[in-house]
Amino acid sequence: MYGKGLKPLSIATVAMLALSLSLVFFYAPLDGDQGFIQKIFYLHVPLAIVALIGFVVGGVFAIAHLRTDNRKWDAYSYVSIHLSVIFGVAVLITGSIWAKASWGHWWVWDEPTLVSFLIVFLLYATYYPFRYAIEDRDRQARYASVFAITAGAFVPLNFMAVRMAQSLVHPRTFATAEGGMPGEMMLTFLCSLVAMGLLWTTLVKFELTAKSASGQVKRLRRALDAPVSGGSSRIAPEVS
Amino acid sequence: MTPSRTAFAAILAKDLRSELRTLQSLPAMALFSVTTFIIFRFGLDRTALSGSLASGVLWATLLFAAVLGINRLFVAEREEGGFDAIRLAPIDRSVLFAAKVSALLVYLLALELVAVPIFAVFFLDDAAGLGPLVLVLLLTDLGLAATGTLISSMAVNSRARDLLVPLVLLPLAVPLMIAATGATEPLLSLGGPSYDRFGTWLMVLGLYDLIFGLVGYAVFDFLLED
Repeated sequence: MYGKGLKPLSIATVAMLALSLSLVFFYAPLDGDQGFIQKIFYLHVPLAIVALIGFVVGGVFAIAHLRTDNRKWDAYSYVSIHLSVIFGVAVLITGSIWAKASWGHWWVWDEPTLVSFLIVFLLYATYYPFRYAIEDRDRQARYASVFAITAGAFVPLNFMAVRMAQSLVHPRTFATAEGGMPGEMMLTFLCSLVAMGLLWTTLVKFELTAKSASGQVKRLRRALDAPVSGGSSRIAPEVS
Repeated sequence: MTPSRTAFAAILAKDLRSELRTLQSLPAMALFSVTTFIIFRFGLDRTALSGSLASGVLWATLLFAAVLGINRLFVAEREEGGFDAIRLAPIDRSVLFAAKVSALLVYLLALELVAVPIFAVFFLDDAAGLGPLVLVLLLTDLGLAATGTLISSMAVNSRARDLLVPLVLLPLAVPLMIAATGATEPLLSLGGPSYDRFGTWLMVLGLYDLIFGLVGYAVFDFLLED
């Protein structure tokens, strides 16, 4: 049921990723300041944007779960947050590489965006120990939804607060994506953004399909009174 | 249906009376703060603090002391069947949230009544910044109370109870700490208090309080379902 449309979606994702990578390497012009290093921006920023949107989407699914009491929304919320956390790791790693290459340090505290993202990432990383510490299934799903909603509300507040903590006299040390980007860069950036969005969606669909399949297998095994293998001490949300 | 105001007053009074009789959290929080100040004195190798150091030491200590209190907030409810009683009572369940937030706010203010003067005696040369600090303390405590109550109510039903509250609460408390220390640092600076961006930080605190108060109030009902 979940697997429907997975193949065309995957093909579209691969095609889009191939397109954006070619644009990055062959079409987008070299940045005046940073040269070739700047190209990691086309990977890093779309990953970050998609991860943040993914967190908020996880919160929206959580609201749907609390309102309808349908467990599938909880599974969607879990998977959204799961993949966004993974994308978050990628954001932090690519960001560090970029920082080292262009400023000489692996991490800088001066950039509000980096620090805000780190805090958001750390918060969502606590989603797992939090979730698995609650034993009762229904309660686990409900509390996880509450967490996702609270954390979703937290994201914009956090970005605002960290940005404000910047000293007003400190200069912005790199030109952001917004101001004065030439047309070719913008096109490449948008293609990368779409590609990352598709990648996220495809991976979510994959994970939901996998969970659904293993859930069906478990149910069949239980019906046959056969031993249910793959005993994990965690109780990941089942998808029906 | 009992009116919310009566229920709120009843639950708040119960909590405060219970704390006064058993004195479980408050002395521990206060003692923890004083000991932590001593640790900072030796850790930083300083006998006088001002500006960002003073602000950092004060807020880090208050935050960790608050976590001690937050851990214990719902334990009595869980062990003595308070949750069941609330579910059975003909009241709006979010009243429990409001009452617990108020109780926690009172505990935090009581903590600060002890800890802040001691901090001033230990480390501050001039206490002029303490007056406006009260406003910062009040707003930050409100935010900590709202978020702390929300997290505590979820953590109390889990296996790793004492671990979950610090784990989940601290990232959520970061904007509060940014705003609180941002407002406190100029207040405690060497040359006397200054009000650099004071109003802005207070607004950030107020915004945080509003958002998390509303979020907590809205979702609390779902947390009490069986």
